[in-house]
Amino acid sequence: MSAPCRPVPAAGLTSIGDEMTHGPYIIALGIAAFLALAGAGFAVDRPFAQHMWVLFFVLAGSAIVLMRRTSFASSRVPDLSAYPDPSAYMDGPIRAGSIATMFWGVVGLLVGVVVALQLAYPDLNIEPWFNFGRMRPLHTSAVVFAFGGNALIATSFYVVQRTSRARLWGGDLAWFVFWGYQLFIVMAATGYLLGITQSREYAEPEWYVDIWLTIVWVAYLAVFLGTILKRKEPHIYVANWFYLSFIVTIAMLHVVNNLAMPVSIVGSKSYSLFAGVQDALTQWWYGHNAVGFFLTAGFLGMMYYFVPKQANRPVYSYRLSIIHFWALIFLYIWAGPHHLHYTALPDWAQTLGMVFSIMLWMPSWGGMINGLMTLSGAWDKIRTDPIIRMMVAALAFYGMSTFEGPVMSIKAVNALSHYTDWTIGHVHSGALGWVGLISFAAIYHMVPKLWGRARLYSERMVIWHFWLATLGIVVYAAVMWVSGVMQGLMWREYDEQGFLVYSFAETVAAMHPYYLMRAAGGALYLTGALVMAFNIWMTILGHQREEDPVGGSATGRQPTLQPAE
Amino acid sequence: MALMDRHGVIERNATLLLVGSLLVVTVGGIVEIAPLFYLENTIEKVEGMRPYSPLELAGRDIYIREGCYVCHSQMIRPFRDEVERYGHYSLAAESMYDHPFQWGSKRSGPDLARVGDRYSNEWHVQHLIEPRSVVPESIMPSYAFLKDTKLDGGNITASFVANRRVGVPYSDEMVESAAADLKAQADPNADTSGLLERYPKAKTGDFDGNPQALTEMDALVAYLQMLGTLVDFSTYDETAGYR
Repeated sequence: MSAPCRPVPAAGLTSIGDEMTHGPYIIALGIAAFLALAGAGFAVDRPFAQHMWVLFFVLAGSAIVLMRRTSFASSRVPDLSAYPDPSAYMDGPIRAGSIATMFWGVVGLLVGVVVALQLAYPDLNIEPWFNFGRMRPLHTSAVVFAFGGNALIATSFYVVQRTSRARLWGGDLAWFVFWGYQLFIVMAATGYLLGITQSREYAEPEWYVDIWLTIVWVAYLAVFLGTILKRKEPHIYVANWFYLSFIVTIAMLHVVNNLAMPVSIVGSKSYSLFAGVQDALTQWWYGHNAVGFFLTAGFLGMMYYFVPKQANRPVYSYRLSIIHFWALIFLYIWAGPHHLHYTALPDWAQTLGMVFSIMLWMPSWGGMINGLMTLSGAWDKIRTDPIIRMMVAALAFYGMSTFEGPVMSIKAVNALSHYTDWTIGHVHSGALGWVGLISFAAIYHMVPKLWGRARLYSERMVIWHFWLATLGIVVYAAVMWVSGVMQGLMWREYDEQGFLVYSFAETVAAMHPYYLMRAAGGALYLTGALVMAFNIWMTILGHQREEDPVGGSATGRQPTLQPAE
Repeated sequence: MALMDRHGVIERNATLLLVGSLLVVTVGGIVEIAPLFYLENTIEKVEGMRPYSPLELAGRDIYIREGCYVCHSQMIRPFRDEVERYGHYSLAAESMYDHPFQWGSKRSGPDLARVGDRYSNEWHVQHLIEPRSVVPESIMPSYAFLKDTKLDGGNITASFVANRRVGVPYSDEMVESAAADLKAQADPNADTSGLLERYPKAKTGDFDGNPQALTEMDALVAYLQMLGTLVDFSTYDETAGYR
């Protein structure tokens, strides 16, 4: 499954087509820009008109950029060295994806710190565009779909080529997936700020952006599956099972949950096909499996390639991977109703959701065990390899949050935790701890190889990043446990006469110090990501920091042998 | 183990892997969600539920646009403290015309399922303009711009048609009079008898303190003031409604 590390000739974003004309693409972008302009002109509501202007400028700008890169001197003999070797892997979209992951990661975390501060200091809300209600979906979508999604697309393209020993299928289709996905992100993000939302959590973009994502996602599935189909390895590697099931399941969830009736084809507003209780369960069937498949199965695929690779050890147990793969994808889908405990959802559905959520604990830990035990015989690398250290921490946080989840899905526990910050803390220990750290580790692993660098700019900065991130998560999660439990208990506290002790406003006031501390935890995590962005950028530029090797490593300080006396 | 050996077949066949995993992930949704559409006891039998009036629907669209659901739930759970704090626990019937539902998932602010009739219109307007002037502990953003933004009612008929297409029982009469009803509900001088016949218990009159203009503030307050007020709980049979 390994391939020789090939130095990359051109380190630009597009390794293909730089010297070619982009005629068809420019024409397509031009037509699309014209349609956007028409959409702005015929719009039946103001937000749609504004959104179409955004789209027009993005598309027209892209067309101009492409035009400027076009060489019109067709008689010139093309520089053949600029053309990629068709047998080699297609790494251009992966390089672009790595940079996009870093960029959106920093943006998403920054917005997270801002919204955390808005809760502590409401004067930081700037109406109407930067009010909390519009900013929070921006934060969640930026980290889940922009950061997480780019990490998944980039690593899945990286992994599927190397484990199939085949170049990406579909030629420039992979570039379409990359740029099409960035367009989805830009349209989703600007839409939220303009007030265009379906109010379905983690599925807020409106109908036309959803249709666009569906097209991009089908192309993504085609590239991924096409590459597997032309593999030169007889077996499909376990990482690809997870990636494939993530892509297919997200397609199903996305299409069903976003079924809606637009008010007009030139308007932003739509009404969901389902109503009330059915709509609620459809949404949380989607919502929980955005966690289960986007944030878990996809990242387990990442884990199954990068942990063995970085540790230079085979996956611990093949059988365990089979069992926990099928068990995980089967059980996860059932867990949605635990978001609706004690609501107007019928009791039978709530109980079913709780039972399956508890069962889900086992296959979740199957993945953690398989990842951690892969380090058998290589545990010393935690000391010497900061990337391994990050991966182990990611798996530990994965194990912790997949234990916490089943506990919170128990109805009696959920009665206290639901509607409180405990839930937010739980999400963040999974998102920052598991998703964040495993993605960072994968990028640290990939970037030197993708740009043909001997090593990262600085390993010591990885250690700084590790500790800033870990400290940030611990502060964040611990603060949210305390504040969530406190909030839940205050809401239900009675005095001796049988009256409620606290008004709701008093419970809000009590949260202030915790909101501040959680913002500090988030800021630590953001600082770590900034350190990483600098490190990655310097690595891409080809610099290497002069520094002492990490203590205990083979190239580092050797124990001084004392002469026998 | 023989079963494990046979897994090799799936590992060598991408189509089998694709179809197999898709089948495995569809089961849960089919078993849990599909019955909600045909089990008759999913939605309780209640008296008083009706679709939203045009102004309420416009207000609801603003509620969604501003992301109010991010901090406010509309789902009172059947606990002693919640029922005392917010009122009767929420029924599925109360959101049967909600496309999409607004149950929420987080209470950075209080539940709003029964906020209707709890405060005066003036309180709501003041609270939305400057939340901390009426609740000093509040961390809610200001929504003063709603009072200065004229309500864009041009799409109300199309919105009604879209709602009807997804199953809301709007009659032809309701659709035809939607544009007029939108204006009439917030106009203190309008004849609202037809409106009240179509939408019983609808709140009428000026909402935002400015009878001259129909603003987004009018619509949002009209929506907030009707939340949780429709169902007649004196006729609700709790035992029959349990499921």
